[in-house]
Amino acid sequence: MANPAAPGGARSFLQAVSTVTEEAPTPLRVVQMEGLAVLKIIKHCEEFAPALVTGQLLGLDVGSVLEVTNCFPFPIREEDDEADADGANYQLEMMRCLREVNVDNNTIGWYQSCLLGSFQTVELIETFMNYQESIRRCVCIVYDPSRSSQGVLALKALKLTDSFMDLYRNNGLTGEKLREKKLSWVDIFEEIPIKVSNSALVSAFMKELEPESPVTQCDFDRLKLSTAPFMERNLEFLIGCMDDLSSEQNKFQYYYRNVSRQQSQQQAWLQKRRQENMARKAAGEEPLPEEDPSNPIFKPIPEPSRLEGYLVTNQISSYCNHINGVAGQNFNRLYLMKALHED
Amino acid sequence: MAATSPALLFPSPSSTSSPPSSARVEAVVLFNVCDSYVRRPDQADRVIGTLLGSLLPDGTVHVRNSYVVPHSESADQVAIDIEYHHNMYASHHKVNPKEVIVGWFSTGFGVSGGSTLIHDFYSREVQNPIHLTVDTGFTRGEASIKAYISSNLSLGDRHLAAQFQEIPLDLKMIEAEKAGFEILKSTLVEKLPNDLEGMESSMEKLYVLIDEIYKYVDDVVEGRVAPDNRIGRLISDSVASMPKLTPAAFDKLFNDRIQDNLALVYLSSITRTQISIAEKLNTAAQVL
Repeated sequence: MANPAAPGGARSFLQAVSTVTEEAPTPLRVVQMEGLAVLKIIKHCEEFAPALVTGQLLGLDVGSVLEVTNCFPFPIREEDDEADADGANYQLEMMRCLREVNVDNNTIGWYQSCLLGSFQTVELIETFMNYQESIRRCVCIVYDPSRSSQGVLALKALKLTDSFMDLYRNNGLTGEKLREKKLSWVDIFEEIPIKVSNSALVSAFMKELEPESPVTQCDFDRLKLSTAPFMERNLEFLIGCMDDLSSEQNKFQYYYRNVSRQQSQQQAWLQKRRQENMARKAAGEEPLPEEDPSNPIFKPIPEPSRLEGYLVTNQISSYCNHINGVAGQNFNRLYLMKALHED
Repeated sequence: MAATSPALLFPSPSSTSSPPSSARVEAVVLFNVCDSYVRRPDQADRVIGTLLGSLLPDGTVHVRNSYVVPHSESADQVAIDIEYHHNMYASHHKVNPKEVIVGWFSTGFGVSGGSTLIHDFYSREVQNPIHLTVDTGFTRGEASIKAYISSNLSLGDRHLAAQFQEIPLDLKMIEAEKAGFEILKSTLVEKLPNDLEGMESSMEKLYVLIDEIYKYVDDVVEGRVAPDNRIGRLISDSVASMPKLTPAAFDKLFNDRIQDNLALVYLSSITRTQISIAEKLNTAAQVL
């Protein structure tokens, strides 16, 4: 039974594959970054930390791989129209210049620095939507300078999930629609694994110039015992987020209370109207309609968007991840210290 | 297409102020030079470009950034796209005003014929520019990166030649340390290490080092290796760097820290639980 089924299965698989490639673009699986782009991002973000900076990613879109081959920084933005126009000019100029020296001048997203992983903001989502309008596939690379002092290369490639984008575009971030789509806060962002590639030339240079040293600065950073300040700030932010979340919750409670009050008012009004109608019927008069759109109690109360709450939840979860990660490292370090001390 | 403005460059007497004594180059510059060499136009033998950075008080030039400038060379003349150079500099200046022109780079081994002309152009942009050469062809079978300054040789009023003098070059690559050489050395890294994996590799390295020291000490004690006082002192220094604590005090310290961390882990997991419960309750509330 299984044998005859196999060729049929294979054919249908092939068919399935061909139809998939025709209908939908292949999903993005990997972001492949050049060492040059990684270094440029790190340089830009570190130089301006703790100020948050952004820049443009340039590269190629090859099947399921997005190659980031170069990038350039944006100047720090000032809040007026003139600066905005200036920024646009700068961007065009830079792209033109880079094209002249044969750099891939195809925008594929942007990078930004963040503080302790708190990148999940409404602005980020708006930027995503802006980019998405012009580029079908774009990605945001987030670099966290504060974590690199811990010996971690904190680079993350993010994109919004398609289902979230659909809902966001159609203003569908209400409880009912979210439930319909089964979209929860985990489904807003999708992290894409990053690969790093280097040209053979660069790799040869690095191998030649940097002899294999037994320890690097990175190792020292990782074995540092003082992580308290980092943890403290993480916790501080976590507490802040908790406050935000509870205020979001309050908003919803307020909304639900209002809705239920409105419903009981509607019921009361309806009952009154029916009694009135009965009386009118008894008196032989025309009954009044059972609906009254002009009455304020029938006006639907707008439901607050769930976006904020979801984003805050996302942040909380990333703080929790940090805390867990660093605590895990701390355990390692402490036991190492204990072992050394016993020796 | 941008209008290129070719310019013929002739030597001119340069001004006098103390030239930089040494240079420090960040990894990103090297990466950029290599990348631009890979992407050079068809007929070009070499690429040149501008180096940006700052002059440190001790006379060291710190090269932190760079960009390529299109140019063309023939037997006796060199044309540089000066407009491109200025546009690009203006753009870089907008992002980081602290980085100024400090010199120029070229691929290839050592100084070549056209270099004097290009150097002359840059010495009109900035006093005492440095010239960095990156041997992308590995002509000597090794990676050679050299920095030069130029001085004029003149006899009386007559200008005879420009002399390029090599200055010490420091390739410390502080930024690159952060990214970890592992990902920059090989041509393809499948996955970035996360917190715990990084920790693991560091621990492994530490183990290897400790084992090596053990082995060395054992060898010395048993007379297999001639003792080296310098190494002995280093080892005793690092052993002495452990703070002396009574076992009780150490235990207290250790346990306190462990408790702190456990509390943090507990807190974070309880937060997560709370979030997921809240999520469920919220959806339930909507159903009702």
